[in-house]
Amino acid sequence: MISILFIVFLPLVAAAVAGLGNRALGNTVAKSLTTGALFVSCALSWPIFIGFMTGSLSESVTPVLHFITSGTMDVSWALRVDALTSVMLVVITSVSALVHLYSWGYMAEDPDQPRFFAYLSLFTFAMLMLVTADNLIQMFFGWEGVGLASYLLIGFWFKKPSANAAAIKAFVVNRVGDLGFMLGIFGTYLVFDTVSIPAILHAAPGMAGATIGFLGYRFDTMTVLCLLLFVGAMGKSAQLGLHTWLPDAMEGPTPVSALIHAATMVTAGVFMVCRLSPMFETSPTALHVVTIVGAATCFFAATIGTTQNDIKRVIAYSTCSQLGYMFFAAGVGAYGAAMFHLFTHAFFKALLFLGAGSVIHAMHHEQDMRYYGGLRKHIPITFWAMLLGTLAITGVGIYGVGGFAGYHSKDAIIEASWAAKQTGAFWAGVIAALLTSFYSWRLMFLTFWGKPRWAQSEHIQHAVHDAHGNGHAHDHPADEHTAPEAHAHDAGAHELATGTAGYHPHESPLNMLIPLIVLSTGAVLAGFVFHGWFIEPTAGEGFWRGSIAFNEHLMHEMHGVPVWVKLAATVVMLLGFAGAVLAYLVRTDIPARFTATFEVLYDFVYNKWYFDELYNLLFVRPAFAIGRFLWHKGDEGTIDRFGPNGWAWVVQQGSRVTARVQTGYVYTYAFVMLIGLTAAVTWVIAG
Amino acid sequence: MNGFPILSVMLLVPALAAVACLFLGASQARWLALGATLVNLALGALLWLNFDIGGAQWQFVEHHEHVFGLFGWSLGIDGFALLLIELSVFLMPICIGASWEAIEMRVPEYMSLFLFTEVLMIGTFAAQDLFLFYIFFEAGLIPMYLIIGIWGGANRIYASYKFFLYTLLGSVVMFIAMLYMSIVAGTTSIPALMAYDFPPHVQTWLWLAFFASFAVKMPMWPVHTWLPDAHVQAPTAGSVILAGVLLKLGGYGFLRFSLPMFPEASAQLTWLVFALSAVAVIYTSLVALVQSDMKKLIAYSSVAHMAIVTIGLFAFNTQGIEGAMMVMLGHGLVSGALFLCVGVIYDRLHTREISRYGGLAINMPRYAALFMLFTMASVGLPGTSNFVGELLSLMGTYQVSTTITLLCTTGIILGAAYMLYLYRRVVFGELKSDDVRAMPDLSSREMWLLAPIAAVVLWMGVYPESFLAPMRKDTQTLLARIDRAKPAGDSLPTKGTGIVPAAHAETAAHGEAH
Repeated sequence: MISILFIVFLPLVAAAVAGLGNRALGNTVAKSLTTGALFVSCALSWPIFIGFMTGSLSESVTPVLHFITSGTMDVSWALRVDALTSVMLVVITSVSALVHLYSWGYMAEDPDQPRFFAYLSLFTFAMLMLVTADNLIQMFFGWEGVGLASYLLIGFWFKKPSANAAAIKAFVVNRVGDLGFMLGIFGTYLVFDTVSIPAILHAAPGMAGATIGFLGYRFDTMTVLCLLLFVGAMGKSAQLGLHTWLPDAMEGPTPVSALIHAATMVTAGVFMVCRLSPMFETSPTALHVVTIVGAATCFFAATIGTTQNDIKRVIAYSTCSQLGYMFFAAGVGAYGAAMFHLFTHAFFKALLFLGAGSVIHAMHHEQDMRYYGGLRKHIPITFWAMLLGTLAITGVGIYGVGGFAGYHSKDAIIEASWAAKQTGAFWAGVIAALLTSFYSWRLMFLTFWGKPRWAQSEHIQHAVHDAHGNGHAHDHPADEHTAPEAHAHDAGAHELATGTAGYHPHESPLNMLIPLIVLSTGAVLAGFVFHGWFIEPTAGEGFWRGSIAFNEHLMHEMHGVPVWVKLAATVVMLLGFAGAVLAYLVRTDIPARFTATFEVLYDFVYNKWYFDELYNLLFVRPAFAIGRFLWHKGDEGTIDRFGPNGWAWVVQQGSRVTARVQTGYVYTYAFVMLIGLTAAVTWVIAG
Repeated sequence: MNGFPILSVMLLVPALAAVACLFLGASQARWLALGATLVNLALGALLWLNFDIGGAQWQFVEHHEHVFGLFGWSLGIDGFALLLIELSVFLMPICIGASWEAIEMRVPEYMSLFLFTEVLMIGTFAAQDLFLFYIFFEAGLIPMYLIIGIWGGANRIYASYKFFLYTLLGSVVMFIAMLYMSIVAGTTSIPALMAYDFPPHVQTWLWLAFFASFAVKMPMWPVHTWLPDAHVQAPTAGSVILAGVLLKLGGYGFLRFSLPMFPEASAQLTWLVFALSAVAVIYTSLVALVQSDMKKLIAYSSVAHMAIVTIGLFAFNTQGIEGAMMVMLGHGLVSGALFLCVGVIYDRLHTREISRYGGLAINMPRYAALFMLFTMASVGLPGTSNFVGELLSLMGTYQVSTTITLLCTTGIILGAAYMLYLYRRVVFGELKSDDVRAMPDLSSREMWLLAPIAAVVLWMGVYPESFLAPMRKDTQTLLARIDRAKPAGDSLPTKGTGIVPAAHAETAAHGEAH
């Protein structure tokens, strides 16, 4: 398949040209080149996806270049295309192309545009390498490549200390996951004597029930391998424990959050588990762990989402929570449903992020929702787009008829967990759906409804001041984010003074609105149109054709679940909506009173369950302290003291040679030594 | 290449130039040194092109017996030696270029010493006679000792003394072991000794004697403390050659002597190598994290990287040994490049204090881009040279010990932490002071130093086959030799039953029903 070469390598070429050309190339050329490349990739990807849906295409592997051969390990650069890849191809190239376009408007005032677009395209290339990998090593290449791009883009505004810290955190926390991934690769090679994915998946069922030694103990082989690989997936997909980097990653420009930290990169873990699903199927223990981690993350992140004030952080925790859904879907064996949710989520979450970006753009880089309010009439297109996104994520739909994207995919996951008799995961999913609805509508109401509360925002004050002053454009990127801590510590946004401070928000330009409109279409239709191929028993089997361990039986069971199970997600969605209406539209004093009453609980959730503080205490600070200790007490205080310095002292007491060295006669000394050495050797041998 | 003594010529060219330099002025000495190293680079290319991959084990052999009393002028290379010679001749012109403006005092002597270093390095890798090797190997530290001692920083005497003391002490025991071996085996030919079987109990003592020397050269924990001082005090080019090539002598020694000559002892003492390496990875990475001096930080990171070499070598399998070689090559390029990066800004501001810098991405974008590439290569990002080596080396080690692999793989986390932390403090952030603001971006001379390394780093990362192919047969030869002592791994996987274990009985039942 030739087109896959263009799909994957066009973004790389564009990134290289734009990145190396940089300012010499100019903004317009760099932007046109990268955006053009992505639209071509996207246009070439959809026919492949449609080809797999209609059954006219079958899996193919396009060789590119020989990579590593060492002993029996033989790896090539190759591009694998099957149904699973085709899903990822359209997700990645579509969202990436739209994000490129959106960035024309969003980054219009940035002095470093070629660099930004080069990074975006580089990311897309790495992500495509990841999903087309035919072996674990290339997958790891893509895995680390997207990590690099994520690091560069989070820290894009490199003058900001908080952005730099977030970038490092993202990379290092991901590396913890990569440690697991690498060990998983080593173990897989040891057991299967290959790193080729098809070969491993083919041999995996036969390896069930085997045991292996690991760290001195013996375990079930497949459980060890799957769990090691899953640690990698947890890092990349920000699952409980390794999630701390994702909210901080919001330091990056908003288009980056939409592309990398919502639609594509963070789903790589889910993709990996689905890609290797025949391996996971051989280890019920590993699947249990995947289910539990997914369900726990799903619930945990949703709770935090209800308390955050930064609009991007709310969506970030929402992403974390939705990824949890995908994982527990995979854990209960509903890989089709996991991929389906990945697919729909990419559209509506990218939409929500880009919509949030549009709001931030309109509000002069203010991100704190406490200073929003009443924006509905000022930025109507953004409002409608975000409304559709919210309807999609909360899963609005009518039983038996159909609904927005999330209605099809999220409800499928909740039903599948019931059908697989994973009651715990089922309830976690239902409660998370309640919370999802609540925090999503809370975001909408705080932003678009009520009276304007802009007067208190420093960003708005700056904007107004500048407008009254010399008209100097205030576009300092360091202002995009204001730490929530900087503001008064409370959730009762409504106590703040209302008023517009004379500021007039403007709707975003067309190049930002078009992506919103396109993604809105996806958020409305993606679930209804595509659910057949992803999760219907027969159509699904025909579509996936073995690229995931599609459990036709479970998909049948899903249809047989009790009606109350099917309705559960919709009911809690309505409850969450009602709660948000009550708290943020009708009785706006409730949040403040609630916070005051349950202060401890609120603080716990608001401070993100204190994970960052805990990790700082357990890992970061000890690492520096131990490092300092080993340096001063180990190297200097022990090794040097009793080693070379001790020797020097001994020698100095009685030797003139050392004294001469120290007075600088190194030449003579060295010359004598060389002669002496040669003479001694010759003499010993000859003699 | 019939009959053309290319290895001798590669020794002769820099040797003659080294002597000639002493009689020239500063400017002429620079040009002569550059010319000579470039000639050697061309000869190196010729050597590689004519190397018969998969052919005879020893190629370009030159043998003149009893030139120096009992031992002869005996040269010849296999794939391992070839690659390390290529690394040396590649880095040498870059070192000369790096010293072009930075060295103003005693230029002819300086150039002469560098050329002399090149002779000794190539000699070490090409020597086929035990004592010829010893002379090249040990004499290699003399020019470096002088380079640090004369052109070094403020505390150069202490550093050069420490460097000298450590390396010499190790070499004395090794020399005694060599004498014993030549007498017992009745030959000083390295290929002959590589096939000679010493009794196991003797092997242990000989192994330890060689270990004393190689561990210092490597350097392995806890005999590593000379390295940070030597690097900090050495001039930029000295650091490049020290990290790039001299640190590879230890690894080469293990590969050439310890493993093939003492297979039983190597297997028996693998635990020692593994333990010291695992400590080194974690210990020196943590120490690197808290450094405030750029060169010290990179020096400590070198110790951690070299530990990945030693575990790979003692894994007794293909991936381990080939991976170790790849780490050596990759680290030679990348740490060399990182020291050059430090040198670039040191030349402008004359300080290695990390906290004095910041915001260089603003006024030095080209520098920032290249420094980023080498930083990423140093943390082993796939697509760069170091990834291939680390992957293979750790993969090989996993087959022997999962615990050691786990401990050593933490290096990828810690490595990312200290390198990105360094990069952030130097390159990101705001420009803090006027003198930093005034620093110009890379000159074309500096681009010529860094760009070739960047190209090779990517080449090795994307198509490492060019580098793996020459050593493939030698790895198999070595493994055939040491296979009898190969330790069993701790994984010991059993065969699968094909029956998915219980705990999920209903799902399994579904599968069957379906």
